[in-house]
Amino acid sequence: MAKYSLKINGKTQQVDVDPSTPILWVLRDHLNMPGTKFGCGMAQCGACTIHLDGNATRSCVLPVSAIGKSAITTIEGLSENGTHPVQKAWLEHDVAQCGYCQSGQIMSATALLKSNPKPTDEDIDNAMSGNICRCGTYLRIKEAIKTAANTSNAK
Amino acid sequence: MKNIKSQSRRDFLRSSALAGGGLMLSFNLFAGGQRSAAKTAEKITALNLAETWSELAAYIKITPDNIIKILVPNPEFGQNVMTSLPMMVAEELDCDWKNVVVEMSTHDNVKYGPQFTGGSNSMRMYWKPLRNAGAAARQMLIEAAAQTWGVSASEISTKAGVLSHSSGKTAKYGEMAAKAATIAVPKDVKLKAPKDFSIIRNSKKNSEGTKVVTGKPLFGIDYRVDGMLIAMIQHPPAFGMKLKSFDATAAKKMAGIKDIFSFKLYDDSFEQGGFDTRTHNEMIAIVGNSTWEVMNARKNLNIQWEAAGDVKETMSGRGGKIEKIVPGRLETTANQLELMAEFAKKPSKELRKDGDPQTAFKNAAQIIERTYNAPFLAHNTMEPMNFFAHVQEDKALVAGPQQAPGWSEPTLSKILNLPADKIEIQMTRMGGGFGRRAYAQYMYEAARISQKMKAPVKLIYTREDDMTYGIYRPMYTATYRAALDANKNLIGFHVTGGGIPENPIHANRFPAGAVDNYLADGWEIPSNITIGAFRAPRSNFNAAAEQSFLDEVAEAMGKDPIQMRLDLLKRAKENPVGKNNDYDASRYIGVLELLKEKSGWGKPENAGKKRGVAAYFCHASYAGHVVDMVMRDGQPYVEKVTSAVDCGVVINPDAARNMVQGAVVDGIGQSFYGELTHTDGVPDQNNFHNYRMIRHNEAPKRIDVHFVENDIDPTGLGEPPFPPVFGAVANALFKTTGKRYYNQPFMSEQSKS
Ligand code: FES
Ligand code: FES
Repeated sequence: MAKYSLKINGKTQQVDVDPSTPILWVLRDHLNMPGTKFGCGMAQCGACTIHLDGNATRSCVLPVSAIGKSAITTIEGLSENGTHPVQKAWLEHDVAQCGYCQSGQIMSATALLKSNPKPTDEDIDNAMSGNICRCGTYLRIKEAIKTAANTSNAK
Repeated sequence: MKNIKSQSRRDFLRSSALAGGGLMLSFNLFAGGQRSAAKTAEKITALNLAETWSELAAYIKITPDNIIKILVPNPEFGQNVMTSLPMMVAEELDCDWKNVVVEMSTHDNVKYGPQFTGGSNSMRMYWKPLRNAGAAARQMLIEAAAQTWGVSASEISTKAGVLSHSSGKTAKYGEMAAKAATIAVPKDVKLKAPKDFSIIRNSKKNSEGTKVVTGKPLFGIDYRVDGMLIAMIQHPPAFGMKLKSFDATAAKKMAGIKDIFSFKLYDDSFEQGGFDTRTHNEMIAIVGNSTWEVMNARKNLNIQWEAAGDVKETMSGRGGKIEKIVPGRLETTANQLELMAEFAKKPSKELRKDGDPQTAFKNAAQIIERTYNAPFLAHNTMEPMNFFAHVQEDKALVAGPQQAPGWSEPTLSKILNLPADKIEIQMTRMGGGFGRRAYAQYMYEAARISQKMKAPVKLIYTREDDMTYGIYRPMYTATYRAALDANKNLIGFHVTGGGIPENPIHANRFPAGAVDNYLADGWEIPSNITIGAFRAPRSNFNAAAEQSFLDEVAEAMGKDPIQMRLDLLKRAKENPVGKNNDYDASRYIGVLELLKEKSGWGKPENAGKKRGVAAYFCHASYAGHVVDMVMRDGQPYVEKVTSAVDCGVVINPDAARNMVQGAVVDGIGQSFYGELTHTDGVPDQNNFHNYRMIRHNEAPKRIDVHFVENDIDPTGLGEPPFPPVFGAVANALFKTTGKRYYNQPFMSEQSKS
């Protein structure tokens, strides 16, 4: 066990866990933040995507000991009520089916738009292909990303 | 009392245990078909009235400040029942959709009907009961206003949640709700004609959309209570193996670990019902404070496994008790394929015969014969199996993702030795179902573990546990034969199919009914690999095989593939062969014609396209697709799909399009890549690095979805659009590569060529 002070969604949180614990389980089990999902545990599906200093990261393979001073953003940190432009675009296109993959999809999409505000279809494919949607909502995800890109730029 | 006879044993026990005759009658409204939700509602309204919420007609609660809560009976796994079912209620209640809040109901089959999400049945099952409930509540609100205002009910109209009288008096529903709840539920209510729908057929956003995009704890895996422990199970590594012994001394000493023990899913004498499955009967439970601690302790177990040998299972179903032997052999995919080929040559069970197929084939000028194979598929729901359970001496609470809680409850009751009314099942949102969560062994496992631990426990499967547990789509094969006469007319048709462990053939489906001489037969090979319903069971294979075969037959006949199907369907419509054809040829034709028009099939501008077409009927709906394929980086790629569907009235059009688009993407993915193979009983795939799922870059650029417009009562959409994707993809592959694809997954065949 070891104590860690983590910067999550702008707040500092303390945890006392085994250093090898993936940040996914720190969030879900120890901090009661279940928005970040478990899908595969081996960086293959993207359900657990969070931002580490703004970059999309698979939290299921990232031990808490490796985080250091980096800032973590989770789906809960985008907005309280779904007002972030990417969340709004998701609602506009009514993307979700079961919805289980969508936290991870939204986190990947948000990171993409931050680094590339006007992504092409190919950019979207490249950035998003690590996120599986078993329900097959890929077309709507792509549309939503384009809508979010437009509204973000219009601001 | 004749309805009682048609009830299953469980329904009978359940309803009589709860309240006796009165409620049994109301349950029969759903089980029987002689429905009247108003009567059900009558009983219920009298039973309980919340203080601030006035409950009207079971599914509806209204506050004085006019918030209308609609309860959803069926659990949600992505088909958007939490929006479309409330839309039915709201339509007849005539309220403003903006004031509606939606909530998952409790599990109570007497109050809410079957509460089963599966078989593309939710719309069909609730179309009348829910509209009746809405109409009854509206009538009660009108009556309340009439009494309050001292006017005749017939002079009161409603619009968007407001009651108005010709004198100019108006009131919001909320103002009349408390009084309305005391009024007897009307016996006969009039439902709107489809032309008057104002909510149904108008797209509404997913009622849980905001919760989804903000990461709210909606799913079973998110469930949590104070003091809850985390559990995982270790099941045998291979089908046909069982636990011999294990040593958990070191693991038990690890941080956060509470206990490690072996347990049996069912007692040895347990009689399995239709939806019980027993992949492995003895497993090891690892229980601790947190997921990571449990995962680590699990790695430290020292376990010996041994061959299970043949196992005797007792099944008790409608037909009485059956004993079957589950063979102990450790299966390997190459041997499974050989075994299927061997069985295919043996005489099999005749399922349907019309005319004289033997003579037709003897006299044929040309016979086309093709064999199709498809592998086991894992459901791979995005949310792995999990369940919460808190079992106490005299009661139990379980919560989690379950498609069919009403079917699992009797088994849970037997396992825990608790009466059903002492068991509360909470239905969470499911991160995908696809049939997998109609089987509840993970619920039973969680309950067993909680009972042993005397504590609230959440059981979680890892992806590896989930993918290697079984309950797969079966492995199938089918051989199709067509007899053509000298003029290239189809004079005989024969399909013979089988599988491990289930035969896929739907003997009464098209082209049965369209060919004079027809034969269908099938066989099965018992196996210890467990199977379950997988999005359009059997159809998902048949549509691939049959629709590819018809494409080849059309080619041999020198006909356009759509025209060839239309000609056969015309025959089935005008002069059907046999009586038991379970499809409506006119609706089938309607879908093909819409598809033809919307895809521009045969139009000069599409002449250069590599296109494949297929259409299929299942779960009471009709669907077809035209797939446009190209070669991209040396690989076939589906660029665009045009879909046509007839599912009767489309309740929520944009959500319905989403379902069809998802089914298309899923169908491309499964047919291209989906495959679960075995070596000596061990699944060769166990996570997404070796089980290939379709990804963003492989999804089509466009999927255009069109619905046949009619006023037929709605049928399902979760399954029907899925099976024909396989056939359309296979046919487009032929156009693109010049080669016919007979074995799924197509891309592994592609890489061999
Ligand atoms: S759970 Fe982390 S990528 Fe799948
Ligand atoms: S919406 Fe179900 S997995 Fe993506």
